[in-house]
Amino acid sequence: MNAICTAERLADVVRNDWLNAEYKHLVVRCSGPASSAHPGQFFQLLCPQPPGEEPYLRRPMSVYDADPAAGTVSFLYKVAGAGTRGLAGLGTGDRLDIFGPLGVGFTLDPAWKSIVVVGRGAGLATLAPLARAAQAAGIKVTAVLSARRPELLVSVDVFRGFGAEVLTVTDSEGTSGPAHVERLLRGLIAAGGCDAFLTCGSSRLMRVQQRLAREFDLPGQVAMEQQMACGLGMCFCCVLDFNRNGEIVHKRVCCDGPVFDLMEALP
Amino acid sequence: MTDLSVEIGGVRLANPVMPASGTFSEEMEKVIDLNRLGAFVTKTITREIRAGNPLPRVAETRSGMLNSIGIPSKGVASFIKETMSRYADYRPPLVVSISAPTAEGFASLAEQLTLPGVAAIEANISCPNLEEDGKAFAMTASSTANVVQKLRAATRLPLWVKLTPNTGDVAGVARAAESMGADALVVANTILAMSIDIHTFRPRLGNVMGGLSGPAIKPIVLRQVYQCAQAVGIPIVGCGGIATAEDAVEYLLAGASAVQVGTATFVQPGAMLRIIDGIDRFCESRSLPSVRGLIGAVLNEEADVPDLAWVEPVS
Repeated sequence: MNAICTAERLADVVRNDWLNAEYKHLVVRCSGPASSAHPGQFFQLLCPQPPGEEPYLRRPMSVYDADPAAGTVSFLYKVAGAGTRGLAGLGTGDRLDIFGPLGVGFTLDPAWKSIVVVGRGAGLATLAPLARAAQAAGIKVTAVLSARRPELLVSVDVFRGFGAEVLTVTDSEGTSGPAHVERLLRGLIAAGGCDAFLTCGSSRLMRVQQRLAREFDLPGQVAMEQQMACGLGMCFCCVLDFNRNGEIVHKRVCCDGPVFDLMEALP
Repeated sequence: MTDLSVEIGGVRLANPVMPASGTFSEEMEKVIDLNRLGAFVTKTITREIRAGNPLPRVAETRSGMLNSIGIPSKGVASFIKETMSRYADYRPPLVVSISAPTAEGFASLAEQLTLPGVAAIEANISCPNLEEDGKAFAMTASSTANVVQKLRAATRLPLWVKLTPNTGDVAGVARAAESMGADALVVANTILAMSIDIHTFRPRLGNVMGGLSGPAIKPIVLRQVYQCAQAVGIPIVGCGGIATAEDAVEYLLAGASAVQVGTATFVQPGAMLRIIDGIDRFCESRSLPSVRGLIGAVLNEEADVPDLAWVEPVS
């Protein structure tokens, strides 16, 4: 029998602050293996009920930062629905029922010297913990971070704080289109700064990376998002299509992923 | 220490709590001690490999959820070869849920799964997501009698038949299943339902309609368990919106001999273990030596005061 390694536990809210006009940063302190979550893993959060609404199922939320030394896990979330409105109401000292860590996260190959991380939207949060992990593994990171407007770019400081080089692209500045990002990525490959792509949050940018990975024979990983119910692989709600050696197969995002081989993912 | 054991159609369970089909798999070993469960119930197995229904497959509602998964299945061969061995080292009996498009298909699948290590067959003749408009064998007494008769002839294993709450005549369907040799009834599957996103005007499920589960349906299915318990002599496994020990006790009082917990596990992965502990405490608080004292114990007629004495514990 396998050891029981995943559990529901009550975490204490350390803080829950607005990061910009759309995103809040939630830090919780918890015991056990939760704070050892790997980049790309997620928790199922039992969101409090906001006034007049009753979120029923847990909400999957990728880890923004896990700090075993401090015993904390943090999440970055956009306040968008009943669940995240419930989270937004949490204050310091409140308790939150978190279940995890769950799923298969990113894998950093020790043979890599430098990686390129490409993210947009919620992907900016999902990719952020790679900054700490890559620095610990001695891998240089270049992060290409995309958002609608400069003030909505998150994780820039996290990446810079762990020594990564950050390139930002935005819709408002006209720099976030796939053609421009492709030029940036080709430049990084030419400069020898890309042993692998790790990405999340944009299917357009994922397609660019798939093309470049094929052209230059580079490995890659992508974190996928999907609505979930159980989070453990039991209910088969969160399946997506993947291309495995030319055959279309269903995989469960919660337990086969959320991180998948870049070349198997379908936009 | 309460005796929590119950007997369900030839299968002895250490306690009356087990997962509902489709909400459980061996992955749960990472979360709870599986040996504490009364039984294992597999996700429904089909003969053929099935991809399942289009996305989205789940939609949240108030106090519950809609699903239209469509029974993705790796097929019976994969189940026998790979999945069954995963349960071999655990104590709880393994109940295998099966489905097929025809009565003959049900029978041949039951025959193939009559294997050492399988404690009982749960015939899912009630999935609302397989046939068009949610039609299923368990919608009528006659189609239920037909499929149960063929199943009975095909296996010597205890035969549990899972009914649908979508029929208008659940008692008649229950009697039909019993008369053709079912050893127990599971009452019930999900309630056919629908939800529309008013922002996009689209149904929230890829399959348009799906099955409603969770606390929202508990009073409806509880009523059906009561009706079935009045109609048949074989044991009933109650299944519908059970999230707490109090819910489970309510089902036992209505006439269920055991309960299945499904959607609640998605919200609280440890729900089944808490329900087992809670039933134990409840029985202790009433000085009941056995959980079996609760089965069908609902009081719905005039009774003498001494008969009612146990209902309120003496403080």
